[in-house]
Amino acid sequence: MSISRRDFLKIAGLSSLGIGFSATDLLWKDRAEAVEYMSSPKGLTAKRWAMIVDLKKFKTEEDYRRVIDACHRIHNVPDFGNPKDEVKWIWTDTFEHAFPFQKNEYLPEGIQEKKALLFCNHCDNPPCVRVCPTKATFKRKDGIVAQDYHRCIGCRFCMAACPFGSRSFNWRDPRPFIKEMNPEFPTRTKGVVEKCNFCVERLAKGLGPKCAEVSNGGLIFGDLADPDSEVRKILKTHYTIRRKAELGTRPSVFYIIGGDEDA
Amino acid sequence: MYDAGKILIGLIIFLAFATFPFYSNMGKAVAKPDPKIDTPVIQQLEVKKCVESKEFMRAEHMQLLNEWRDAALRRGERVYKGSDGRTFQISFQNQCLRCHSNKKKFCDECHSYAAVKPYCWDCHFAPKEAKR
Amino acid sequence: MLEKALTGSRRYWGWIFFLLAVIGVGFIFYLRQFAYGLGITGMSRDVSWGLYIGQFTFLVGVAASAVMLVIPYYLHDFKKFGKIVILGEFLAVSAVTMCMLFIFVDMGQPIRIMNVVLHPTPNSIMFWDAMVLNGYLFLNIVIGWTTLGADRKGVAPPSWVKPLIYLSIPWAVSIHTVTAFLYAGLPGRPFWLSAIMAARFLASAFAAGPALLIILALIVRKLTKFDPGKEPIQALGKIVTYAMVANVFFLLLEVFTAFYSQIPGHMHSFEYLYAGLDGHGKLVPLMWTSAVLAVVALILLINPGTRRKESLLVVACAAVFVSLWIDKGFGLIVGGFVPNPFERVTEYWPTMPETMITIAVWAIGLLVLTVLYKVAVSVREAQLESGTDSTH
Repeated sequence: MSISRRDFLKIAGLSSLGIGFSATDLLWKDRAEAVEYMSSPKGLTAKRWAMIVDLKKFKTEEDYRRVIDACHRIHNVPDFGNPKDEVKWIWTDTFEHAFPFQKNEYLPEGIQEKKALLFCNHCDNPPCVRVCPTKATFKRKDGIVAQDYHRCIGCRFCMAACPFGSRSFNWRDPRPFIKEMNPEFPTRTKGVVEKCNFCVERLAKGLGPKCAEVSNGGLIFGDLADPDSEVRKILKTHYTIRRKAELGTRPSVFYIIGGDEDA
Repeated sequence: MYDAGKILIGLIIFLAFATFPFYSNMGKAVAKPDPKIDTPVIQQLEVKKCVESKEFMRAEHMQLLNEWRDAALRRGERVYKGSDGRTFQISFQNQCLRCHSNKKKFCDECHSYAAVKPYCWDCHFAPKEAKR
Repeated sequence: MLEKALTGSRRYWGWIFFLLAVIGVGFIFYLRQFAYGLGITGMSRDVSWGLYIGQFTFLVGVAASAVMLVIPYYLHDFKKFGKIVILGEFLAVSAVTMCMLFIFVDMGQPIRIMNVVLHPTPNSIMFWDAMVLNGYLFLNIVIGWTTLGADRKGVAPPSWVKPLIYLSIPWAVSIHTVTAFLYAGLPGRPFWLSAIMAARFLASAFAAGPALLIILALIVRKLTKFDPGKEPIQALGKIVTYAMVANVFFLLLEVFTAFYSQIPGHMHSFEYLYAGLDGHGKLVPLMWTSAVLAVVALILLINPGTRRKESLLVVACAAVFVSLWIDKGFGLIVGGFVPNPFERVTEYWPTMPETMITIAVWAIGLLVLTVLYKVAVSVREAQLESGTDSTH
């Protein structure tokens, strides 16, 4: 039997491909049918997670500090001590800067200077997700806008797209600037974008976000899609505002500014 | 041959570069990697078996880690049911490294030998670091 | 043909080695950036894009401007551009190369660059920009190389190039439109949120690119035996004139919308750039330099008497180029980030390493340009010697 050079090459090529695949293929095939990925049975689930910030509950500097520190500690958020490298997940700014579209110099005394707690709005129509070229930032089924640090290429398009300044970039290695490490949560590496994750790692364990836990009722977390949830009940009875709602990103964070009764 | 001298010099320089890995490692005996699994947690296990078979883990742990990463992080599925029906919580730092707390003798042993530098440790704590 | 770039005068090699030295220095700074992170630049949480992305944006325009030679020559049979179309195409190759390098040096995780291809995301404009830029680079290399190769042999270019040339026309428009869309579709940045952004980008591109080309053509004439000719340069001068008029007009449209509407968000960036905001005004001198240069350029260009004088035309072109470089390569990007989403001002200024890396990328672009132009000019010179000039 004689084969042409062309046929020989074809067979040789195919068989070398075959050798390359077969060994690992078998390992995967054995496993393919049995393997399953599931959500944690203890985990909290929702159609659209949301947060209400009741600013009336934040009276002293300590009330804000406690919440910010708790979040930054468990998520290994570094403190560079300078605004140029700054990374933050939750922070404060005064009402006039947090809500620049709500210009009104005749507001009741104290409101203009009142500090608002600021963090990612987990928008229902998030521009950061729209612009990300690698789907490193994406919206989960429960409405949380998550960030995949493994995939982020550090182009910072999301930072340009976010109208809320919620995103931070790791301009340098954050590790030396983390005071106490939480060994159960990873740090980030230089060159990736990060932000509030609504404590997805805690939700999977059946716990709510840390900030809400330590806020003494100033932060209320719940399912916006569930008409019987606590957040919906509060929204029904209180006047709330959202940051830059007119931009159409549909933020999932609501603010109670004034009024008498407690939420 | 035109410019024979120039061509020969060029060839010699090329060969010097191309064969660099060979002569720079010549005569250096590199010990065969010998990863260890004798950590306190593993020794207390009744059945000393990882989430999948040893053969599978040895050859495919990187793909499995990628799968786990995407499942937990991107789909929110943090429970893994392996091919033998056992279930595990998905977490590199809090599950894999709980047993394999000996990064040096378990991970680095082969990775150094194969000269691969996975970026896991840029973000995830190596077990020893976590204790401080 | 590439072998023509390997023989040259002492001056040619001196220039090449000078560029290589600049690239080498910049590369050392890039290694530092690679190790330390982008914190080595002047960028911050508030101004998260800077000089790199500005250069990228500006150079996309320079690249797209090749079409200003291609359209008259191939669609309107404007024969006078015959000999210099190649200069435009090779300028595009060099500019797109720089664009890609500027994107690359701006990335936080450059080794993950293939994620853009591994996880293609059509809803991201950045994804499309990567696609169209690569396509444009490919088109210009293929078209430029084949037509020049055919020219050298004194034959007509192969017929399959024609469709590619026609394709390159909308493609050039697309690269700059898509680049404008990077900015023009972001909800929280009123300075960029303008439907006229793509048009403005194209106008400034068709002014800055041909202006540079005129300067380059005059350098080629001075340094080599190849004379691009007086008429093509004058024709390009007219193109620069119209495009620059359109560009300034578009800019003024933006100013009108912002200030007649009196919407604070739309006025703030202009105020910051041209007058300073909350006591911050680092960019003010630069922006007024750009404005003054634009006016000077327009006076020289619109007046036929001055435009026809090559010595003044080249001054006008330099003014156009510098003016637009400041406006688009710097002010447009930084201005979009100031004030930040909290209406606070954080200023930006590039650092020394950032500047060195930027200069090195330009040097790489110039190196590519020099080599390609050397090839093109050698072919033209050979034609002059043998008298086989196929383009006339």
